[in-house]
Amino acid sequence: MDFELMINSFPKLLNATLITLKLLSASLIFGLFIGLLFAILRINKNPIINKFAYGYSYVFRGTPLLVQIFIIYFGLGQIEYLRSTVLWVILKEPYWCAIIAFSLNTGAYTSEILRSAFQTIKPGIIEAGQSLGISSKIIFYKIQIPIAIRQSLPAYGNEIILMMKGTSLASTVTLMDLTGVAKYIISTTFKPIEVFIVAGGIYLFMTFIIHNVVKFLEKKYSFN
Amino acid sequence: MELLSFGKTGWGDELLIATMMTIAVSITAMLIGFLFALIFTPLKLSKSKFLNLIGNSYTTVIRGVPELLVIYLFFFGGSGAVMYVASIFGYNQYIEINAFITGSFAIGIISGAYSTEVFRGAIQSIDKGQFEASKVLGLKKSVHFLKVIMPQMLRLAIPNLSNVWQITLKDTSLISVTGLVEIMRQSYIAAGSTRDPLFFYSFAAVLYLLLTYLSMKLINKLEVRYSRGY
Repeated sequence: MDFELMINSFPKLLNATLITLKLLSASLIFGLFIGLLFAILRINKNPIINKFAYGYSYVFRGTPLLVQIFIIYFGLGQIEYLRSTVLWVILKEPYWCAIIAFSLNTGAYTSEILRSAFQTIKPGIIEAGQSLGISSKIIFYKIQIPIAIRQSLPAYGNEIILMMKGTSLASTVTLMDLTGVAKYIISTTFKPIEVFIVAGGIYLFMTFIIHNVVKFLEKKYSFN
Repeated sequence: MELLSFGKTGWGDELLIATMMTIAVSITAMLIGFLFALIFTPLKLSKSKFLNLIGNSYTTVIRGVPELLVIYLFFFGGSGAVMYVASIFGYNQYIEINAFITGSFAIGIISGAYSTEVFRGAIQSIDKGQFEASKVLGLKKSVHFLKVIMPQMLRLAIPNLSNVWQITLKDTSLISVTGLVEIMRQSYIAAGSTRDPLFFYSFAAVLYLLLTYLSMKLINKLEVRYSRGY
């Protein structure tokens, strides 16, 4: 055990954690919007719209995140037309490509979580709203959405942890996040176990925090 | 389409072999995972606090740390660890472990953590009466486990194991960083030499979709088989 290396690499890894957290929070925010949008499309009665939403979530859940990042980072640059548009400013940056890939991926999972939450809402609650003469728009925003969010908290907590682990793939497109820096230190010092303990410890600590925050929220927003 | 032709000019045959490799790694990893689950599920269910702690640390650490980090640990540390063990037995030559073994072992450990949780959940949701009944009947421990617990556990575990399989299958794409030529690595090579990454990565995505789709169909059949009588 090389304790000196562990102590020396800690500040470097902690610095890299910042990028991991940035990637995570940005993709979660975008992903939540995408997820909510597609969950609403999924419960739409029009078969074309809901098939489209189903296709989106099927494709993104059925392929590895690594493929998705590579298609966006290496693949899209190949389209000549894209390179001449304003979008290229974003797409040439690995940072934004990673965020786009993560958001689309977590969006697909989130849409499934929210959809099942919408579908498990008891019809009686909606009927109660209707018989009180509340407009269907207000029923949706003030009754269905808050209940769905509460219902999906435990599953969404898992999704946050999975996404945090997913951000490690950013290191494959040259970003120096926690895993990227850990790999760099391992490949220069050839001390994999020491670096794994420190980097893994940081990841575990984040998992622990997320787990407890979600648990706290669950308790705070529980029905009784 | 020319890019996908078989033979010297196209990448069809290479990608087919790579797909086989992905399937082989996934199955090996899944089996290694079962082996780990076989060791750690009893630990998690045991009454001893100490054994519990060991079982829980395994599943918590593996499920809380990114897959890629675990793969790097094995990739860079694997041959070192084997050489260390070998040196205890007096063998001091350099040993290189091939990427297939390192990769399926790394993915196997990850998949094992998920399988352990699935088996633990399944065994815990079997009715207590079943355990008591086989005790009262004086069944041998092996018969009790194989004929009473196992069939009921499988029925409950198969739907969740199919999720573990999907996760394992998708995780194998990460082994490409170690240089094992599976779908992702082969697409990377093809994309590099033809300068057509969009096509090859999209094709890789289609291959993965096909694999997940087909395996779902297969698992659904198994599910029907094991839930006979319910």
